Amino acid sequence: MSEAQDKATIVVFSGELDRALAAFNIATTAASMGMEVTMFFTFWGLNVVAKEGARGSGRSPLQRMLGLVNRGGARRLRLSRLDMLGGGRAAMKKLMRAYRMPSLEEMMAMARELGVRFIACTTSMALMGLGESDFIPEVDEFAGAATYVEEASRSAINLFI
Amino acid sequence: MKADRTLDCVGLYCPMPIVKTSQEIREMGEGEVLEVIADDKGIKSDMPAWCSKTGNECLSIEERDGEFHVFVRKKG
Repeated sequence: MSEAQDKATIVVFSGELDRALAAFNIATTAASMGMEVTMFFTFWGLNVVAKEGARGSGRSPLQRMLGLVNRGGARRLRLSRLDMLGGGRAAMKKLMRAYRMPSLEEMMAMARELGVRFIACTTSMALMGLGESDFIPEVDEFAGAATYVEEASRSAINLFI
Repeated sequence: MKADRTLDCVGLYCPMPIVKTSQEIREMGEGEVLEVIADDKGIKSDMPAWCSKTGNECLSIEERDGEFHVFVRKKG
């Protein structure tokens, strides 16, 4: 890739399909425009980069309960509106295919090819009882807020999605 | 206008035409011209924006039968 002129940082807080698509759309575009892009996945956003079906298995019964209802995996994400127990999601995915729009999984692979870095938040991981092995191998780093703030302070674009 | 390469993005939407353009341009030589054909009208604004950010030159945008032919010269 050409030398990065400046940086873009995106916090992916949400674990919903539509919001994740918006985040990756901007990430891949910024990377295509020569920017160095870092995505920080935190809280529900961890589900985007968690392995398919990954679930919390911490010491607390509350973490295990959360793990039962909150499974990871980009393919499993719901829509933020009109998900309708998966019906809306399926319809949206069908519509996206009809319009030859890349799926979230394809967007993620494209982001990696373009050099976008993925960082998972260790504090949210601890809270949800997730370990490093619960994440897809594309995650470059496991870090905290200081890493994000340092990168964001050098970024021309900084988004919270 | 004559192009060294043509990239067909008809039927593709944001961010694909821009991502594909950046990948195609990387393979090309300095000063060569790429013709991008797209039917998403966002390209009229997006390609000049991409060029302005990356230092490549947006030579012209021609509209023919609902398709946009965009000519981009790779920076030398």
